[in-house]
Amino acid sequence: MYPTDYRYTKQHEWVKVDGEHGIIGITHYAQSELGDVVFVEMPKIGTKIKVGASFGTVESVKAVSEIYSPVSGEVTETNPLLADAPEKINSDPHVTAWLIKVKLDDPKEAASLMDAAAYESYVASAAKDH
Amino acid sequence: MFGRHGSNLPVTTPAIAEIRKTALNAVHRRLNARMVNFGGWDMPLEYSGILAEHDAVRTRAGLFDVSHMGEIEITGPGAQSLVQWVSCNNAAKLIDGQIQYSGLMTSRGTFVDDLLVHRISGTHYMLCVNASNQDADFAHIVAHNKFDAKIENAGPRYSQLAVQGPRAAEILQKLTPVSLSPVHYYYFVSGKVSGIDCLIARTGYTGEDGFEIYFAPEHSEKLWDDLMSAGAPFGLIPAGLGARNTLRLEAGMCLYGHEIDDTTTPWEAGLAWICKMEKAPFLGSDVLAKQKQDGLPRKLAGFEMLDKRIGRDGYPVEVAGKQVGRVTSGCPSPTLKKNIGMAYVPPDLTALATDLEIDIRGQKAAARIISLPFYKRPQ
Repeated sequence: MYPTDYRYTKQHEWVKVDGEHGIIGITHYAQSELGDVVFVEMPKIGTKIKVGASFGTVESVKAVSEIYSPVSGEVTETNPLLADAPEKINSDPHVTAWLIKVKLDDPKEAASLMDAAAYESYVASAAKDH
Repeated sequence: MFGRHGSNLPVTTPAIAEIRKTALNAVHRRLNARMVNFGGWDMPLEYSGILAEHDAVRTRAGLFDVSHMGEIEITGPGAQSLVQWVSCNNAAKLIDGQIQYSGLMTSRGTFVDDLLVHRISGTHYMLCVNASNQDADFAHIVAHNKFDAKIENAGPRYSQLAVQGPRAAEILQKLTPVSLSPVHYYYFVSGKVSGIDCLIARTGYTGEDGFEIYFAPEHSEKLWDDLMSAGAPFGLIPAGLGARNTLRLEAGMCLYGHEIDDTTTPWEAGLAWICKMEKAPFLGSDVLAKQKQDGLPRKLAGFEMLDKRIGRDGYPVEVAGKQVGRVTSGCPSPTLKKNIGMAYVPPDLTALATDLEIDIRGQKAAARIISLPFYKRPQ
């Protein structure tokens, strides 16, 4: 379910680090909690984002949620697919429905986040609280 | 994620008080519904998804467990006088088997609750009230019972299912010998559904044709299963509170705690059609008469967003940088494919095409007043 080469936050974002660059999205668990996604508010290219700070929002039919950055860096790209097809976040949150690409301030920063196995057990315990 | 704000539903975090469950709780869990605490009740928010469920109700049919709703029975020679005294619509106009949307009034002319008044006979009324208000409603009616009527807080004696959508009548007809076509909108009959005694009412909270059926809770699973089976060939699916909210909002219907509460009057809420001054005096009628004469401080209006963002519950409404009101409910409209909402604003700002701004988490988004209801079903 959760790609093993990604890192995960407790707020249910993922980051895939590739050298000095990172790709950021929200997890399958996050999309299933949100329900039908209808709008994504993205930062502008060039925006400096900070680890733990909100860089955008995802709106579903029932609620709006902040997206918190798993890493610090500068936004180099936002996913053009999501402007017209935000529902892709529900169907493919880990691959085609990535949110932003960033140039990382510190490529090692993401190493402190959860790996896939840790995130899966984190989500399993969160689901039990429901 | 989940730094949440602006949820459309009064979802509360689990309180210390024990959460209440309908007789269908196990069914919802078997269907893998996403459950929420809705006013102290563990209720299904969605099964297959709000959009799919919303679409099913608009185009085919949906089945809702609304057993959390409260029922209050008023009987005896003073029953009608009591209903007339505590509610703002004119229950004297009802005939046996007829239903009326009304408001339970405070002495200030504001809403204790909104409700459906079912006239079983001139000495027997069944009120269907909101789940989270039922105990307060009961206490309120008891406190104003100067007519010696018998009042029963009857919620535990009833389950309620709503079959809603253009195919609802065909589906329900398969399970009942009662001919449904003579049962017009806002009328009810007593009869068997699946061999079970039911009150079958042609009412709903979706803007579609449909029925709300009331019966003893022990039959809940059988009726649910039989309706699901009868409805499957018509495309009926289970629907939760999420779709119920988007459906009612498109239909311009008020939700207690959002458009109406104990600070809003029927005039302000656009509910003059349920507030009948000719039957005065009733609770709050003096205040209502005065407000009608003096003019309203605010009025409920419908708006559409002019950009992709959603003006949600509680967001400030502004004109020329000055706050003029607040959003009471807002959501994407799955049927109309735009973002809609309702808000209280000063009456002079309710003219059609008035431009507003909604403060969405610090950013201004353009909105425009449009007419209510947003959606009206094809006749």
